[in-house]
Amino acid sequence: MQSVRIALKNGADFEGFRRAARQSVARDLPPDRVDWSSGAEPSLFGEAVASEGIAPPLSLPRAAGELIAQVVCHRDPERFALLYRLIWRLLHGEHALLEVHSDPLVHRLETMRKSVRRDLHKMHAFLRFRETTDPDGEARFVAWFEPEHDILAATADFFVERFRSMRWSILTPGGALHWDRERLTFGPPAHKSDAPDGDAFEAAWRRYYESTFNPARANPKAMRQHMAKKYWHNLPETAAIPELLRTAPQRAREMIARGAALPVKRDPALAVAAMADQGPRTLEELNRLIAASEPLTPGADRAVLGEGPIGAEIAFVGEQPGDQEDREGRPFVGPAGRLLDGVLAEVGIDRTKVYVTNAVKHFKYEPRGERRLHKKPNPGEVKRYRWWLLKELELVRPHFVVALGGTALLSLTGKPLSVMKVRGAIQFDGVPGYATVHPSYLLRLPDEVTKREAMATFRRDLERVAAMVAAPPSRSS
Amino acid sequence: MSLLKILLTNYCLFDCAYCINRRSSNVERARFTVDEVVALTVNFYKRNYIEGLFLSSGIVRSPDHTMEQMTLVAKKLRREEGFAGYIHLKTIPEASPWLIEQAGLFADRLSINLELPSAESLRSLAPEKDAGTIAGAMGQMHERIAEAKEDRRRFSPAGQSTQIIVGADATTDAALLTTSAALYRDYGLRRVYYSAFSPIPAASAVLPLKPPPLQRENRLYQADWLLRFYGFTPEEVAASGEDGMLALDVDPKSAWALKNRGRFPVDVNTADREALLRVPGLGARSVDRILAARRHTRLKLADVGRLARSVKRLLPFLVAADYRPPTALADKAELRPQLAEAPAQLSLF
Repeated sequence: MQSVRIALKNGADFEGFRRAARQSVARDLPPDRVDWSSGAEPSLFGEAVASEGIAPPLSLPRAAGELIAQVVCHRDPERFALLYRLIWRLLHGEHALLEVHSDPLVHRLETMRKSVRRDLHKMHAFLRFRETTDPDGEARFVAWFEPEHDILAATADFFVERFRSMRWSILTPGGALHWDRERLTFGPPAHKSDAPDGDAFEAAWRRYYESTFNPARANPKAMRQHMAKKYWHNLPETAAIPELLRTAPQRAREMIARGAALPVKRDPALAVAAMADQGPRTLEELNRLIAASEPLTPGADRAVLGEGPIGAEIAFVGEQPGDQEDREGRPFVGPAGRLLDGVLAEVGIDRTKVYVTNAVKHFKYEPRGERRLHKKPNPGEVKRYRWWLLKELELVRPHFVVALGGTALLSLTGKPLSVMKVRGAIQFDGVPGYATVHPSYLLRLPDEVTKREAMATFRRDLERVAAMVAAPPSRSS
Repeated sequence: MSLLKILLTNYCLFDCAYCINRRSSNVERARFTVDEVVALTVNFYKRNYIEGLFLSSGIVRSPDHTMEQMTLVAKKLRREEGFAGYIHLKTIPEASPWLIEQAGLFADRLSINLELPSAESLRSLAPEKDAGTIAGAMGQMHERIAEAKEDRRRFSPAGQSTQIIVGADATTDAALLTTSAALYRDYGLRRVYYSAFSPIPAASAVLPLKPPPLQRENRLYQADWLLRFYGFTPEEVAASGEDGMLALDVDPKSAWALKNRGRFPVDVNTADREALLRVPGLGARSVDRILAARRHTRLKLADVGRLARSVKRLLPFLVAADYRPPTALADKAELRPQLAEAPAQLSLF
C-alpha cells in the first residue's frame, strides 16, 4: 500500500500535528503508512491530509496530551512519527501504555521529554535581560538566548507570568517573543547582534557572583553540572569562573597558612546587655509597634489600642474592636461600650480610673454588602495577640483585671476556659481579677426576660468587682 | 533556585566561633540600608539574574531591631515594588515572637538556624545562643505555619528550614541524623541543610583548621533523603557506617545493603515498594515506575534498564524475569569497591 506523506511546519508545530494526527486516525492510517516530515518544501505541504478539513478530536489519556505538547518541541526529526505511533497504540488496545515506562517507545519519548524539560529549565534560569529604551522613552528588557529545542512558544507563559509588569523581548535564532504588558507577539528569527551588548547592572552582578565563591569549597564538577559550559558565552557572570577555579587552591592554602587570627578585644558584657535590653519599655513604644504592625487576623488594618491611665485601678479586657471602634480607632465606644459605661456608673466605678483594652487589636469581620459582620477570632489568632496584651498589662500595671468574655479569658490565662464555669474571682498571673461575660453577649440575648436577668447578674458581678477593688486585695481560690 | 544571598550587615553582637562575622573577628564591616537591598533585589530580578532574595543578617543593636529591618525589606518588596519573587528570611530566634509573625506575612520561607547539633556545642562555640530559645522559635513557627494552612492564610507558604554546621565540633553523623529526624518530626521542617564548616579567613583559634571532607556533607544529604523518602530510620542509616560516622567510600544506601546482604536479591516483579526502595541504585521515581509497569507486564532485565538510571549497579541486588545474580551476595568480596564511585573530587590540600 502506498504511504501518505504529511509535511508540518518547522519546529514545534503542535496544532499542525494534532490536525494531521486526527485526520490520519479518522482515515484509519496505521503508523507504517504515514510518512512525517517537517519544514519541508511548500509543494509537499499537506499533500494527502491537510486539505481534507477537520477530523474529530481523539480521546487520549490526559498524560498523553501533556507528553505530546512537550515532545513536539524536541529537535529530533522523528518526533512526529514516534508520537503518531504512540497515539495509534493508545487507541488500539494499549490504553494504559503510558504507565509502562519499560516499553521502548515510551522510554524514548520520556527521554525526549526530559531533554525538553531540561532545556526549558535552563532557559528559565540562564536567560539574562539587558535594559534598553523604547522609542517612547520607556524601558524595555531584551534577552538573547539559544535554546537546544524549539521551546520559545512553550516558555512564553513562564516569562509573561514572571515579568508581567515589564516590557520585554526574547530573541532566539528560531524566532522572537515580545511582551508589551498586555499582548504577546511572535517575531522572526533574530541575531545576537540585535540584542544590546551590555547592561549597567552587570558589573554589580559579576562582583556579587565572584564574592560568593568560596575557594575552600570549590567543586568544578558540580558547577558545570548546574551550569553547562555551552551557556557560558551568553551569561554575564561566567567570565570570571576559570580564573576563580584556577586560583581557588592557592587562596584556600593561604587562608590556612595565615592561621588563627588574634581576636579583636570587644567587651562582650556590653554587647550581651544590649541584646537582652530589647522590646518596648513604655506603653507608648508598645503602642507604636502595634500600630505599625500588620494585622495578625484577616480584617481591618487599623489597630485599636487600649485607653486609660497607667497604674489604673481596674483593667477591663474585651474581645476585639467592633465596627464602630474600628471607625473611631478607640476601644469600647460602640453599643457594648456604652452598656459597660452605664453599669460602671451604676455600681460607682470611676470610669476615668479604668483602663480598657481588647485581647485582639484588630477588627475581624466578614463583608456582607455594605455591612461588616463581626467574626469571632479563633484560638490561634488570640494566641498570636497574647504577647502584646500581656506586655500591655505589664506596662499599665493595673491593680485588678476583669476578663469580659471567653476570648479575654483565653488570652489572659492561655487556657480555653468556659466563662459560665469560672465566672467570679480569679487570679491572672498573680494579679487579682474577675471573669464575667462580655457586654455584647447581653445585647444579643433575644428574649426580654432572659436579658433582664442577665443584666442583673452582670451588674452584681461589677458590684463585687467594685467591692473587691475597694477592699484590700484578698486571695481567692 | 538562584537567589540573591546577602547579609543586611556583617556587624554582629554575637561571638560564634565558626562565623567570620563574629564580634571578635577583625573582618571589615559593612551594611546595606533597607532601600539598597530592595533596589538591588528588584534590579537583579528584572534582569532574571535571580529568582528571589535570601536575606540574613548579623545582629546589630538588638535581635528585635535586626529582625524588624529584615522584615521591612520583605514588606517593602511586596507592598511598594509589587515583588512576586521568592523571599527567604533567616529568622533571628532571639527576636520577640511577634516579629516572627510579621516576617511570615511577607516571606515565602522562614528559617531558623540550629547551627550546632547539641546544647553543649552551642554553649562552647556560640555563647550568646541558647538551644531552648531556638527550639521555642521553631515550635512557634511550626504552629503558625500549620494554623495558616488550615485557615488558608498566607504565612511562610514554603515552610521552614534550618542549617546545621558540620565539622566544627565532634558530633557524629549518627547524632546529626537523629537530630534531623527529630526536627522533621517535631517541627515539620521542609529541609535540614548541612553546611560543612570551612576554614574562614581569620579563623577562631578554638576551631579545627582543616575542613571536613566535601564528601561528608554529600553523604549526610544522601542519608537525609533516606530518612525522608526511603523509609529508613536514623539508626539504620547510622549503622551502615562505623562508630557513628557514615562511610565515605560508598553512599549510605549501598553501605546499608553491604551490611544487610541477606536481604538481597529482591525480585523486581514481586517485591513490595519498601523492599525496592532499599535497592542501591533504585530511586523513588524508578520504584514507582516499576510498580506501575509491572501491573501490565513481567519485567525483564532490559525493561529494568529503561526504568532505572543504570542497570549495572543493580545487577547484584535484583532478580528479573530473565535474570538472577550469578553468585550469592554474601560471598562476593569485591562488591564494595564496585559500588564505590570514582573519586569525584580531588582534595585541594
